[in-house]
Amino acid sequence: MELRVSKAKVSEYPAWLIFHTVAVFAFLYLPIAVLILYSFNGEGVGGFPPHHLTLDWYRTLFADGPIWDAVLNSLYVALAAVAIALGFGVPAALALERAQFPGKTIFRRLVLLPLILPGIITGLSLLMLFNILGVKLSLLTIVLGHGTALISVATTEVFAGLQKLDRAQEEASLDLGANYWQTFWRVTVPNLKLPIIGAALLIFTLSMDEIAVSFFLIGRDNTLPLEIWGRLRRGITPEINAVSTIIFLFSLVAIVFWYRLRVRGEAGAEAGAEIVTALEGDLA
Amino acid sequence: MFSRAYKAAVTLPPLVWVAAFLLTPYLLMFSYSFWSVSPAQTIVHSWSLGNYSELARVDVYWQTLLRSMWIAARVTIFSLLLGYPLAYFLSFYGGKKKDLLYQLVIIPLWVSYLVRAYAWKTILGSDGVLNTLLQYVHATKHPLEFLLYSPFAVVLTLTHIYTPFAFLPIYAALEHIPRNLVEASHDLGASPGQTFWKIIFPLSIPGVIAGATFAFVLSLGDFLAPLLLGGPSGIMISNIVVSLFGAAYNWPLGAAISFCMLLLVVSLLFFSERLEKKWSYA
Amino acid sequence: MSTDVSIARSDVSVSTQRFPLLSIRNVAKRFGKNVVLRDISLDVAEGEFLTILGESGSGKTTLLRIIAGFESAGSGEVWMAEERLDQLPPYRRRVNTVFQHYALFPHLTVEENVAYGLRVAKRPEAEISARVGEALEKVKMSAHAKAKPAKISGGQQQRVALARALVNRPQLLLLDEPLSALDANLRRQMQVELKSLQREVGISFIFVTHDQEEAMVMSDRIALLRSGELEQVATPREIYGRPATAYVAQFIGHTNLLKGEVRDGMARCGLLQWPVAAPDGIAQFSLRPENLRLATEKSTSPDSVRVRGRVVQQAFHGATELIRVECAGGLMLTVRIPASRSGVTGEIALEFSPEDAIPVRESPERI
Repeated sequence: MELRVSKAKVSEYPAWLIFHTVAVFAFLYLPIAVLILYSFNGEGVGGFPPHHLTLDWYRTLFADGPIWDAVLNSLYVALAAVAIALGFGVPAALALERAQFPGKTIFRRLVLLPLILPGIITGLSLLMLFNILGVKLSLLTIVLGHGTALISVATTEVFAGLQKLDRAQEEASLDLGANYWQTFWRVTVPNLKLPIIGAALLIFTLSMDEIAVSFFLIGRDNTLPLEIWGRLRRGITPEINAVSTIIFLFSLVAIVFWYRLRVRGEAGAEAGAEIVTALEGDLA
Repeated sequence: MFSRAYKAAVTLPPLVWVAAFLLTPYLLMFSYSFWSVSPAQTIVHSWSLGNYSELARVDVYWQTLLRSMWIAARVTIFSLLLGYPLAYFLSFYGGKKKDLLYQLVIIPLWVSYLVRAYAWKTILGSDGVLNTLLQYVHATKHPLEFLLYSPFAVVLTLTHIYTPFAFLPIYAALEHIPRNLVEASHDLGASPGQTFWKIIFPLSIPGVIAGATFAFVLSLGDFLAPLLLGGPSGIMISNIVVSLFGAAYNWPLGAAISFCMLLLVVSLLFFSERLEKKWSYA
Repeated sequence: MSTDVSIARSDVSVSTQRFPLLSIRNVAKRFGKNVVLRDISLDVAEGEFLTILGESGSGKTTLLRIIAGFESAGSGEVWMAEERLDQLPPYRRRVNTVFQHYALFPHLTVEENVAYGLRVAKRPEAEISARVGEALEKVKMSAHAKAKPAKISGGQQQRVALARALVNRPQLLLLDEPLSALDANLRRQMQVELKSLQREVGISFIFVTHDQEEAMVMSDRIALLRSGELEQVATPREIYGRPATAYVAQFIGHTNLLKGEVRDGMARCGLLQWPVAAPDGIAQFSLRPENLRLATEKSTSPDSVRVRGRVVQQAFHGATELIRVECAGGLMLTVRIPASRSGVTGEIALEFSPEDAIPVRESPERI
C-alpha cells in the first residue's frame, strides 16, 4: 500500500497537468522574456524576429540623466519607506500579539487594509489629507504614503515570526535579569532576524515598483516607475526595456540572497507567504 | 508576562501613526464625498447627498462600475483556472523541485507591475511582437487590431499579474492537506479523480476563496492597465476617479466613487472571510 | 510500616524548622472563567527540594510561572525572605528557571547563553568568564562552550540550561518539567545528577513534574496539586504511607480503595470488617497491594483481617507480581506478591493488618 501510493505521487499524474503547468509558466515568463530580449533589439520594441542585437539602448540609458535621478529618488523613497514601515510595523506586530487594548480589531484590520485595498484609494485619501493640511507634494509625501501602506507587510511578516518564536525564549531572558528593553534587542530581534530582513526586502522592492499610490502624491521629482510611466505616454523605446531588465536582475539578486538566508536559518519563513495568510483572514 | 509599560510602548506609536495616516484619510475621504465644487472651482464644505444621487442617476458611472466588475470577474476566473492546476501540480507532484518551482511562480511578482503591463503592450500592439510574429509565419496578412486597446488586453494583462496571487493561497491550502487523507481515500478504494473531487478540492476551498478575493479586489481597482492597454472600451471605474481628481476637477464626486469602492472591497473581504470560515475544518 | 511513618514525621519537622525562604500565601488565579489555582498556601524552606506534582491541567506550571513572574497572581501574595515577590517584574527576582524545553537562545553559543544573565547585569568580563567557566565545569559542558544549542544533545542542553540558571546564584531555582523531553535512561541518570547538584549548591529547588516516581525519588517534600488545589503537602514517605485523600492514594502508586462505613469503632466494607479508631459514618480506606498477603491456613496473626477470593488476572513486574483477586461479595483487590510466589491461581486466601487500611478523605470531583 505504502509503496503504491508513494509511487503514484511521483509518476502518475495526467499528462494534461504537466502541459498546463508548462503553459502557465510560459505565460508568466513570456512578457519578461520579451522585455529582456527586446532591450537588445536595434529596431526598437516590437517587430519579429528581433534584428541587430545591440547594447546601444544600455548606452543611451547610462547617459540618461533624468532616469538616474529617478532611480536615486526611488532608492531614497524605498529606504525611507523601509524605515517607517519597520519602525511602526514591528511594534504593531508586538502589540497585536501581546497586548489587549480597545479597538484592537479595528486597528488590525486598518493596518492590513492597504495590502488588499486598490492603491488608488490609499493614494487619494492621503492626497486629500495633505491637501487639507497644506502639505506640498514631494518625495516626502510619497515616503509617507509608501511607509504607511507597507506597515502591513512588516506587521504580517513579523507577526508570523512572533508566532513561531518560543515565548520561553523571552521569559528566559527576563528570568536571567534582562529588562524588557534588553530582552527586545538581545533575544526578540535576533530571533526575528529572518522575518525582519524578509519584510525589509519585500517593502523595499514593493516601494521601488509602486505606482498607484505615488501617482497621486507625486511632486516635482519623479520616482522611477513614474518616470517610466511618463515616457510610456510619450512613446516607447527599448531604453525602458533596458532599465527594466536591470531592475529585474537586481530583484533576482535580492531573491537569491533572501533564499540563501532562509535556507541557512532553518526557520521556514517565506517572504510574502505570510501576507497571503494574513489577507486570507485575520492575524491572531 | 509583559508589563503595562511594555504594552503601551509597542501599542501607542503604531496606533497614533495609523490613526493619523490611515484612519484620518479614510474619514476625510468619507467627508469629502458629501461636499461639492462651486462654479469657481473651490470646495464647498456643506453636507449633502448630491454626489451619491448623481452616481445613482448618471448611467456612465454605474455602467463603468459594472464593466469593471465584469472585467475583474473574468480576471478572477482565468487566474483560478490557471493557478489551481498549477498549485495542485506543485503541491502533489512537485517532488524535489517543489521549492524551486514555487520560487519560479513568485519571481514574476518581484518584477514591476508597470513593467509587465508595458511588456504586454509591446507584445500585443499592432506592430508588436505577436502581430509581427503572426505575419512572419503568414498566419495573418494584417495585424489583429483587437489585441491591444480592448478589454481583452486588460483582462489578459491583469490575469498575468494576478495569477500568482490566486496561486499562493491555493497552494498554501493544498500544502496543509494531510497526505494521509489522500492515502486513506486511496485505501478505501477511491480513484485519483474521486479522491480529488471528494477530498482534495473540498479541503482547498478556503484557499480558492482567498485567491479569488485577491484577484477580484485588486483588479477591480486597477487604473493603470486600462490606461495603458484598455483604449476607450476598456475604461474602468478607477479611471473615472482619476479624471475626476485631475482634469475634470470634482474631488467630492471622485471621493464618493472611491468610498463606494472602499465599501465594496470591505464587504467583499467580510463575505469571503465568512465563506472561508465556513469551509475550513481546522 | 510503623517505623516508616515515624521517619516521615521527623522529616517534616526538619523542613519546617528551617527558615521559610519562599512563602506562597492564599494565591489564586483564573484565566477568564477558568479557575486555575484556588487559595494556595505553601512554604518552601531554605535548601529544600520541593516537588509540585500534578496531572496536566492541575495548575502546577501556572503556580511556577507566578513564582517566576511570568504570570501575575490573581489574588494572594508571594514572599521571598523579607521581600514581597509578586509585585516585582521577573528580571528583578532572585529566582531563576530551567524551562521545560530549556529555552536556550538559538543564536548564542553555549558559553554566551550561560553568560547572558551576568552580561545583562553588567558584571566585569573577567568575572563573567571565570563564573561561566566554573558553571560549565560543574555541569561537565566545558568542552562544548563554543557550540550553538542546536548542535548538542538533549541531555547536554539540559545541563546548559541548568548552568545558565545557576551561574546567577539565585536563592531559588525553579524547574519546569526539565526532564520530560529526555528518554527513560537519561532521565533516571539526570534525576540522580540533579539531586546531587542541589545538595552541592545548597539552594532551594522547586521542581514541577507530572511523574510521581520522579517526585518520589528526588524530593524532600511533595506538594500534590489537583485541579488548582493542594491535596497534600508531605514527604514522599508520608504521602505514600499516609495519603490524605483517595485521590492522593490513587495518584501515588497503586492502591485498593475500600468504600464502606464505620459504626461503633468497626469499619465495614462488604463482608470485611476490622476495628478502627474513627468516627461513625461513610468512610474510605486505602490499602496498598503490598500490604495484602497470601494467607496460609496456619500462620495467621490473631488480629489480621482475612478474605477469600479467586485470581482473575496476573501481571509480571520483575521482582514482584500484581494479581487481581475477585473476592466474595464482588470486591476486587490488587495484591502485590513476591515473584517467588508467582504462579498462584484459583482460590486463595488473603489477609492484611487493620492498621494498613488507611482512612482517606473523599476527593470531590472538581471542574
